[in-house]
Amino acid sequence: MMRGTARSQVDWRSLALPAACVLLWVAASATGWWNPNILVPPKQLAAGFIDATRNIDFWLAAGSSVMRLGIGWMIGSLAGVLLGIIAGCSPLAERFVAPSLNSVRQVALFAWIPLLTAWFGDGDTAKVILIAVAAFFPAALNTEIGCREAPAALIEVGRVFEFSYLARVRRIVLPSARPSIAAGLQIALTSAWIGTIGAEYLIDQGDGLGVFLASARMDNRMDVVLVCIVALGLIGYLLSTLLRVSFAKGAPLRGAVLADD
Amino acid sequence: MIEGAPLELLGVGKSFLVDGSEIQALANVSFSVAPGEFVSIVGPSGCGKSTLLRLVAGLEFPDTGEVLFDRTRVAGPSLRRGIVFQDHRLFPWLTVEANVAVGLLKSAGPEEQKRDIACRFIALVGLEGFENAYPHQLSGGMAQRAAIARSLAARPQILLLDEPLGALDSLTRGQMQAELLRIWQHEAVTMLMVTHDAAEAVFLSDRIVVMDRKPGRVRDIVDVGLAKPRDRHDPGVVALTEQLIDRLETAVR
Repeated sequence: MMRGTARSQVDWRSLALPAACVLLWVAASATGWWNPNILVPPKQLAAGFIDATRNIDFWLAAGSSVMRLGIGWMIGSLAGVLLGIIAGCSPLAERFVAPSLNSVRQVALFAWIPLLTAWFGDGDTAKVILIAVAAFFPAALNTEIGCREAPAALIEVGRVFEFSYLARVRRIVLPSARPSIAAGLQIALTSAWIGTIGAEYLIDQGDGLGVFLASARMDNRMDVVLVCIVALGLIGYLLSTLLRVSFAKGAPLRGAVLADD
Repeated sequence: MIEGAPLELLGVGKSFLVDGSEIQALANVSFSVAPGEFVSIVGPSGCGKSTLLRLVAGLEFPDTGEVLFDRTRVAGPSLRRGIVFQDHRLFPWLTVEANVAVGLLKSAGPEEQKRDIACRFIALVGLEGFENAYPHQLSGGMAQRAAIARSLAARPQILLLDEPLGALDSLTRGQMQAELLRIWQHEAVTMLMVTHDAAEAVFLSDRIVVMDRKPGRVRDIVDVGLAKPRDRHDPGVVALTEQLIDRLETAVR
């Protein structure tokens, strides 16, 4: 909790690789070494960025993607954390659900799209469900592991003080699992963001950055494609940082321990 | 004579399966602890003294014999029998005050009153000013004090101490022994302590149960019979400590 002040400073070494790529890109464009229709020159990309920031459609697309991500992530994470707690706290439940979960998890995320669109159509329902599926597994798995690995020594303290089953879960298991759950939600967010863009791009109906990306590709606008890719990266990074900071803020979990059960 | 519940162990035996073979940890252990008494269990490592304490705490059950507390067979953990482990086992996500309040979860009364009680026990173990500290901010001795406060807050009739000072440096240890003596006198709670330190046992105890190992059994029960508080340099204390060390050494052989 008291560490991390040094980490907030940027380590310049981490920028060496991106800088080298940009240099190579500038050089490749300047010498005409690469077809500018496939690899957009930096100048054109900069112009594309300015265009995009002026284009209300781009912002609307980004907004609805983030919206979809938020809803899908929340549904998937909530379901994942709940199931993870149940499976992590009860060996019996774990035996019932773990094999199925592990099998279903092996299915590639986007393989669900034909099924989901057949069931729910090309609208937002199918997309949000896919995003929720993407968020569900990392949230469930990390929660389950966190709960299962709550220290036996602390569980024993709960026995000594005659904790009820619920008190044990609420006061020992969940606080112990908290870092693991936080990590799960973080991974779920990244996974859900991939799911969001993938669903939009592949279903290619309605709005969203994925649809924007698909139509830019159809129009052969490689500058717009690149702008989209950079925007996806930035949004993902921002949301993930936001989540991490909000977890860190709430770090010392202070339950109302003086309250009665 | 303090009113309270006596502890009796009658022919207690306990074995464990280790790598498929049965290890007899305790065999035919019998002794009793009177209400308000301070009894220590000393013995070489592997004599089952910690197992003995876990049986009294109700965390494990004997294969043979009986553990009776207040003339009733021990059937599981109870707030009437508190235990302090060698590692403090505080909840790392709670402050000292909230950790001590864990001992009050089951007791009735308004929250304000519980806070007062928690603070009283924090003061009793000399941790005033550290109410809002987290366990990782405390030294080993301070964390162990907080663990003792947590157990005492539940108002147990007997407090079981499993080498509570074993992980502390010798200076802190000496101070904590004096503190423990003061708390025992102040709270009038029965104490049963496991230790491997003969001097500690002689300094604190009314009686000392000396154990042998393989299998763990009672070898001797020593009546200390010296007035408290004791001076560590008192010839009686020194002589008894040496005598105890001799006995422990023959027990190892």
